[in-house]
Amino acid sequence: MNPKVTLATARRILDQLRHDHRTLALLVAVPALMMVLLRYVFDDQRTFDRIGPMLLCIFPFTFMFVVTSVATLRERTGGTLERLMTTPLGKLDLLIGYALAFSVVASAQVAVIMGVSLLFLGLTVTGPLWALVLIALLDALLGVALGLFASAFARTEFQAVQLMPAFVLPQAMLCGLFAPRDSMQPVLSALSDVMPLSYAVDAMSDLTVSSELGAGFVADIAVITVATLLSLLVGAVTLPRRTP
Amino acid sequence: MVNYAVRVADLKVRRGGHEVLHGLTFEVPRGRVVGLLGPSGCGKTTLMRAIVGVQVVESGTVEVLGRPAGAKEVRSRVGYATQSPAVYLDLTVRENLRYFGRVIGAPKADADRVIEQVGLAPQADQLAGDLSGGQLGRANLAVALLGAPELVVLDEPTVGLDPVLRQELWTLFHRLAEEGTTMIVSSHVMDEAARCQRLILMRDGRILADETPEELSAQTGTDNLEEAFLRLITERETV
Repeated sequence: MNPKVTLATARRILDQLRHDHRTLALLVAVPALMMVLLRYVFDDQRTFDRIGPMLLCIFPFTFMFVVTSVATLRERTGGTLERLMTTPLGKLDLLIGYALAFSVVASAQVAVIMGVSLLFLGLTVTGPLWALVLIALLDALLGVALGLFASAFARTEFQAVQLMPAFVLPQAMLCGLFAPRDSMQPVLSALSDVMPLSYAVDAMSDLTVSSELGAGFVADIAVITVATLLSLLVGAVTLPRRTP
Repeated sequence: MVNYAVRVADLKVRRGGHEVLHGLTFEVPRGRVVGLLGPSGCGKTTLMRAIVGVQVVESGTVEVLGRPAGAKEVRSRVGYATQSPAVYLDLTVRENLRYFGRVIGAPKADADRVIEQVGLAPQADQLAGDLSGGQLGRANLAVALLGAPELVVLDEPTVGLDPVLRQELWTLFHRLAEEGTTMIVSSHVMDEAARCQRLILMRDGRILADETPEELSAQTGTDNLEEAFLRLITERETV
């Protein structure tokens, strides 16, 4: 790994996004609009206060997953990945470059969702705001890492898009958004325990009811971070320099 | 000092369950323009991928600049351009070259130098996706020239270019070779062969001939390389 190459890669990805105004606008605006939609679907401040923060981690996660898996797939099919593999670039330079660039985008996305939710939708959170932002950002990064990993299993854009429901929907269904995790069937509860998004939602729900950040919060953050790093490393393994 | 830019010994490659390179052995001396010629599907691209170290090989060795192909320390000394342009279509020509230059560790001014070399200065700030096919091909070629590599491997770099540009590029290849760069250039067009100092003729994953254009003419008794190629094939088949 070479920090110069990693940063150059992150900058290149941001340059690509800078030329693509529509993608940027969609990335930043759509999640915020979803929050507005949800607020009025529930039309009840208490329900929104409970569900809202959970969605704050599910939205960035989902959007970043999709964007990353498609972006890396384009790199594979467009031949630029093969070209990069003939250069001194290390696999982690590429993966961390992607993670860095998309964290910048995720920060903008999270800032807009939070701004809209807190200022216009009356979302109230008991815990500290920075903790909320931290979880949302870590979640976006988790989405990036899983997206990088998932794109190894896709050969075409069609397949890449199908991976979203495969990787994201089960996590969204079992993370505690639709039903509390501890009241699920034992099998589902166990599945939910091995899905990283569950820990993000746990941490978020704790923040909505308590102003204290306990050991549980730290543990949740640790699980998300480890899952992110693990997917990045597995992503590096699934990125062979030589192909058949 | 290593005398050979590339040494290939008994190289076998399988793709999709079939052997596509059947034990190739050859050497490429430094500072030459070497033409890799043969019909489409004869294994040129696979061989080039093996030389730049991105091809899974079945057996045999490929040594590049004295090291195994694809070794970390030679990757910044080898330039490679695939046949279909591998540049970011949503970046400008200059942004593309700046990025690849940083990855290779080339000096900052190199981007503009190679843009000039391939004659893309007027298009430097256009998005690669807005270029014509020929311009895009030249942008792709420019990336391979970044950082003044010792070995440049080009897969069909002159396809779709007008005759004037083709002439200019061949002049550039020869100038680079005179400065010591080894150029391996593939083509399926036989009349390009005459512009090379050395020819490797391939067919069905085997090397038919590996000599200078003059030797080839003398051996086959014709100046027409297309005809020489045909005669070589007939000769082989009757043996």
